[in-house]
Amino acid sequence: MVKNELSLLEESIEMIVAKAREFNLDFYNMLFEICPADVIYTFGAYGMPTRYSHWTFGKAYHKMKTQYDYNLGRIYEMVINSDPCYAFLLEGNSLIQNKLVVAHVLAHSDFFKNNIYFKNTSHAMVESMAAAAERFREYEFKFGRERVEAFIDAVISIQEHVEPRTFIKKEKEPPEEKQNSLCRNRERKTPYDDLWVLGEPCHCPEEGLEKPKKFPAEPEKDLMLFILQHARDLEEWQRDIMSAVRQEMLYFWPQMETKIINEGWAAYWHLRIIREMDLTSEEAVEFAKMHAGVIQTSRTHLNPYYLGLKIFEDIEKRWDDPAPEEKEKYGRPGREGREKIFEVRATENDISFLRNYLTKELVEELYLYLYQKVGFDWKIVEKDWEKVRNGLVNSLVNCGYPYIIVEDGDFNKRGELYLKHHYEGVELDVHYVEKTLPHVYTLWGRAVHIETVIDDKPVLFTYNGEKGSKRFL
Amino acid sequence: MSGRQFVVSKEDWSLHRKGEIDRQRHREKVREAIKKNLADIVSEESIIMHDGQKIIKVPIRTLDEYHFRYDHRKRKHAGQGDGESKVGDVLHSEPQQGPGKGKGAGEEPGIDYYETEITIDELAELIFEDLGLPNLEQKKKQQLASDAVEFKDVRKKGIASNIDRKRTIMEVLKRNALKGKPGLHEITPDDLRFKTWEVTVKYESSAVVLAMMDTSGSMGPFEKYIARSFFFWMVRFLRTKYSNVQIVFLAHHTEAQETTEEEFFTKGASGGTRCSSVYKLALEVIENRYSPQDYNIYAFHFSDGDNLASDNDHCVKLAGELLNFCNMVGYGEIEGPYYYTSTLRSAFKRIIDPKFTCVSIRDKSGVYPALKKFFSRDPI
Repeated sequence: MVKNELSLLEESIEMIVAKAREFNLDFYNMLFEICPADVIYTFGAYGMPTRYSHWTFGKAYHKMKTQYDYNLGRIYEMVINSDPCYAFLLEGNSLIQNKLVVAHVLAHSDFFKNNIYFKNTSHAMVESMAAAAERFREYEFKFGRERVEAFIDAVISIQEHVEPRTFIKKEKEPPEEKQNSLCRNRERKTPYDDLWVLGEPCHCPEEGLEKPKKFPAEPEKDLMLFILQHARDLEEWQRDIMSAVRQEMLYFWPQMETKIINEGWAAYWHLRIIREMDLTSEEAVEFAKMHAGVIQTSRTHLNPYYLGLKIFEDIEKRWDDPAPEEKEKYGRPGREGREKIFEVRATENDISFLRNYLTKELVEELYLYLYQKVGFDWKIVEKDWEKVRNGLVNSLVNCGYPYIIVEDGDFNKRGELYLKHHYEGVELDVHYVEKTLPHVYTLWGRAVHIETVIDDKPVLFTYNGEKGSKRFL
Repeated sequence: MSGRQFVVSKEDWSLHRKGEIDRQRHREKVREAIKKNLADIVSEESIIMHDGQKIIKVPIRTLDEYHFRYDHRKRKHAGQGDGESKVGDVLHSEPQQGPGKGKGAGEEPGIDYYETEITIDELAELIFEDLGLPNLEQKKKQQLASDAVEFKDVRKKGIASNIDRKRTIMEVLKRNALKGKPGLHEITPDDLRFKTWEVTVKYESSAVVLAMMDTSGSMGPFEKYIARSFFFWMVRFLRTKYSNVQIVFLAHHTEAQETTEEEFFTKGASGGTRCSSVYKLALEVIENRYSPQDYNIYAFHFSDGDNLASDNDHCVKLAGELLNFCNMVGYGEIEGPYYYTSTLRSAFKRIIDPKFTCVSIRDKSGVYPALKKFFSRDPI
């Protein structure tokens, strides 16, 4: 980019930032960096500029880069949840493309800063990831590249199984202390006594010997944490890799669970901000084209930009100008649209956003439906608005990953790992289960089992280090 | 509002290679996976029957990123219509396999190939890495050439990856010592030394391959396909590895005739089988055109073994004669769905000669082992 273009861009950003402030967007300080395509695509594939090195990222990068090279897809920007907030712009974007992108990322930055689900994300993740990547590289030198790579293969096979709601979870007790709530020796005066002694260690010594202790005491959703803490044969470097990958997953999780609302918010604001700018007629046409591209719909998946944008616009409308019924029933005075959407962006994630604000009218207006495989055909099977909404919400539970817990860390009294899939009507991909278990075995070091449901019958898959097996329970 | 809330910058990203490095690693893994699956890939229909297209898709299973996931075929997905859409509309149909073609991809559980693209040449390179012409002898007429690359020269200009570190450092040390500041510091472009290669042509003895195939009525589509796969790779192999090897195509039923390469692979015939006819023709060809003094001669014959019983003895005799002239005689028998008690192969068991190789191929995955057995550099 020529010097002149750069200063032109700076001027535009100045104006866009001022406009965004006027609209009360509250974002981090911004670092805009202009990068060539292969760099942007690298960041896109890795999710972060400084992430560790692994062939799976190479595969993702190859895919994205190929699409770009064949002009099938294009990333205009990449924004990082950090303070200050990094935004990478694609070299070769036209000025108007960059204007849209800048307005768009300011809204993302505002979302990162204000949405409740991002409260606990580290703002220094860029640096943490760089440090982890560096350590992983050292491990490769020390222990061999193949070995480290194979271990990372195993770790990422279960990386989604973390517990992102750590802040509402009770602190883990050290293994030697007993659960207060389970201690029956303590005399109770009222049924609620155990509430008052939370945190006080229990002093009755025999409790643990009397009945076999369950391990873990409560089913554990954080597979990564459980294995990292309790697997017997992991070496220090291996625990470090697990821990780093887990931290990265916890960092990405809020972004995964706010895709629709976050993109909707950004689309809402780039539209509002650019409308207020002076555009030449060519720019206006190009902007319209690009925006249309962003919100393009598809018959086989939902466009988060479009869906999110529509919901925000609908909320604003309904709170600005409530229907008589809404006025009466909910006491909505009207003219509260803007205020309301700012509240929504602060308090909701995709699931609650859809459950609370995807109305009958919207489902019908947007022609949403559910489809499913029937024989050889993928067919539309549902248009009823509540069922569509619920189907959509269900598909977002746990970011779309199966909900799996550690049921027993000492199964068969041989230290085997017993996992349980919370079956909610959708079966697991059996081939993938069979191929993933050996990875879990690599981590746990002893036989691993997973219980799930197939054809309405509970079934247990096992891998014992040599072969896999399956039996109905 | 205090100060500027943003910075715009443009750094030099030209050294950012991370994505490329991991992409390279991924490609390596793909190659490894292909090598492991060569037996299956070698006889892929899409390759053997390919109509001149350069890039083929090779299904690879090991590069999936396994994790616990839902079976997407058994769950509902959300989509967005255009106002016309109604319940029962078909969005997409999966290709159905015709009956008799075996299990369709859609029916087998969890088939989710990671498909990679590879050129035929790349694939050929992988397959041929370990192959060579066995028992090569020095003959009078030297025709066979293969290119060899040797690093022989050191120059001041060259490719960065070929930098000669030792010589470069020596230059730095020398220059610094001359200047009176000994030590390893300040490498100037003038110090750089590069290894450079030269292409030399290696002359090897010349060779001729006699490709013989049974095209009788008993050779069904499967048998022909196997023979065809074998010869496809054999021809490719000989043409890529050596620049001047001659191939003679002989097809036979009860009578044998020489054909062009194209005819050899496309023409179907019918009728009975008399294998001796093709051995006889091979002997004639050798006698008339390829003197064993000048050529290394290889003869390969593919058949389903369903030969006229009375002809078997004759075959054994002629094969024995062929062995006098040839560096190697190979016989591949394709075991069809029918069971024969006395096939040509059982007759050939009588031939005990280290230059005679016999394989039987049961299914598609047998083609690669057959190639390996015939074209091993060191005779078995």
